[in-house]
Amino acid sequence: MSAFVELHDVTHVYGGGEGPPAVAGLSLGIGEGEFAAIVGPSGCGKSTLMKLATGLQRPKAGTVIVAGREVTEPIKITGMAFQNPVMLPWRTTLQNLLLPLEIVQPHRARLRANRAEYVERAEMLLETVGLKGMGSKYPWQLSGGMQQRASLCRSLIHEPKLLMLDEPFGALDAFTREELWCVIRDLHAARGVTVILVTHDLREAVFLADRVFCMSARPGRIIAERRVDFARPRDLDLTYTPEFAAVVQELRGQIREARVAA
Amino acid sequence: MTRASWLKLAPYLFTIGFFLLWEAACRVFAISAFILPPPSAIWAALVQYQKPLYTNAFHTLWMTSAGFGLAILFGLALGLLVGSSRLIYAGLNPLLVGFNSIPKVAVVPILVIWFGVGWLPPVLTAFVISFFPIVVNVATGLATIEPETEDVLKALGASRFDIMTKVGIPRSLPYFFGALKVSITLAYVGSVIGEQNASNLGIGNLITRASADFNVPLIFAALIVLAVLGVFLVAIVDIVEARMTGWAKRSQLGNA
Repeated sequence: MSAFVELHDVTHVYGGGEGPPAVAGLSLGIGEGEFAAIVGPSGCGKSTLMKLATGLQRPKAGTVIVAGREVTEPIKITGMAFQNPVMLPWRTTLQNLLLPLEIVQPHRARLRANRAEYVERAEMLLETVGLKGMGSKYPWQLSGGMQQRASLCRSLIHEPKLLMLDEPFGALDAFTREELWCVIRDLHAARGVTVILVTHDLREAVFLADRVFCMSARPGRIIAERRVDFARPRDLDLTYTPEFAAVVQELRGQIREARVAA
Repeated sequence: MTRASWLKLAPYLFTIGFFLLWEAACRVFAISAFILPPPSAIWAALVQYQKPLYTNAFHTLWMTSAGFGLAILFGLALGLLVGSSRLIYAGLNPLLVGFNSIPKVAVVPILVIWFGVGWLPPVLTAFVISFFPIVVNVATGLATIEPETEDVLKALGASRFDIMTKVGIPRSLPYFFGALKVSITLAYVGSVIGEQNASNLGIGNLITRASADFNVPLIFAALIVLAVLGVFLVAIVDIVEARMTGWAKRSQLGNA
């Protein structure tokens, strides 16, 4: 598998280069269409990794390559979703979904003339995440889980090549979280998009990902990598099997070591 | 009667109640009309002087609206500038606060030296006194954009202008309207101060002349006219606000 996202020996320091680095000597490669999960102790630079890969931050040292090109500015082929769904409250859910299309080319130029086509696309997407007919509701009329679904739709509306998920389910209850795992699983399977999921939840990482990367405490770097070979499509029942528990257990051990080392 | 209709009537009932209390207090304590005229005497003055009150009130409304309009334009522009750049914010903040700390009454003589007596000093006083809340609030609205929202848009290649128009400006609208309601009443203060010191027209000028004549009921009548004008303009702002930022008003707190 050729690497779609590559970081070579990347070091990043916030705030003009003084102070301790957020990540140092960080290297990893993620193949096209792969589902990668990044886990690690809190404050280890997981979010920094996301900002570097999307071009929101430039590394102090090392190189970041996405889709065969060195990243020197925002790469415009990413969709992002965060723990906070950050929907704009003055727009309906549908209008929130269309927001990326108002920014990114070629949709930006086409949106006005082809609005009906895009609205249809947005409504189809809402339907796939179980929000059929909710487009006219304002975000604050939706529950937390529904907002997060809408946020996922927004991150996918412009058909990004790379999907960045920064603890998207962190604030949800366990049942909603598992439902959304399945939503993400199906979206990934249907679209073949490359996904980088940053999470604290090891079960989530093992259930969803092809590979799980463990990061060390700050300054972050990859200290372990675990391939997860459970056959796809995976069912939620998988998470209650001993094989699954064994993988989670193993990763837990590695995180504990990383914390002790810190 | 239902709760909803009580709610509709409440502003009128409270206002009428206030004036009835005032009237009763004046009569019970036998307060001289020279110290505090009862509402009945003020009403009589309103009727007696309705013509000068009308023309001068119209003039003041004009001065205030012009100054307020300038304050909106300038305040919005400066607020967007200050809110969009931390450098400009850091640089301008002490200047703005310092300027706002100057009593605007003290500025009027300067305006008279520059522009003479006429319509410019009241308009400019209304302007300088009312633009500051607009600047501060618009800047705050912009400065408190969620960083995640910015990241989502920046990662797609959004320019600063995109972020400003798609997120910054709509987001700061509730702050902006909040500021307008403070500013509009300040603008009245400004135009009246300007008229008192540097104009031959307007409610401010009328008050100055009435106090020279010790015509206390007329002074109060003029103040009532100002209050009514203030309520009127704030009501207009309220209507525009409800149309543009209804999304921001969903708190349960105020609806109990």
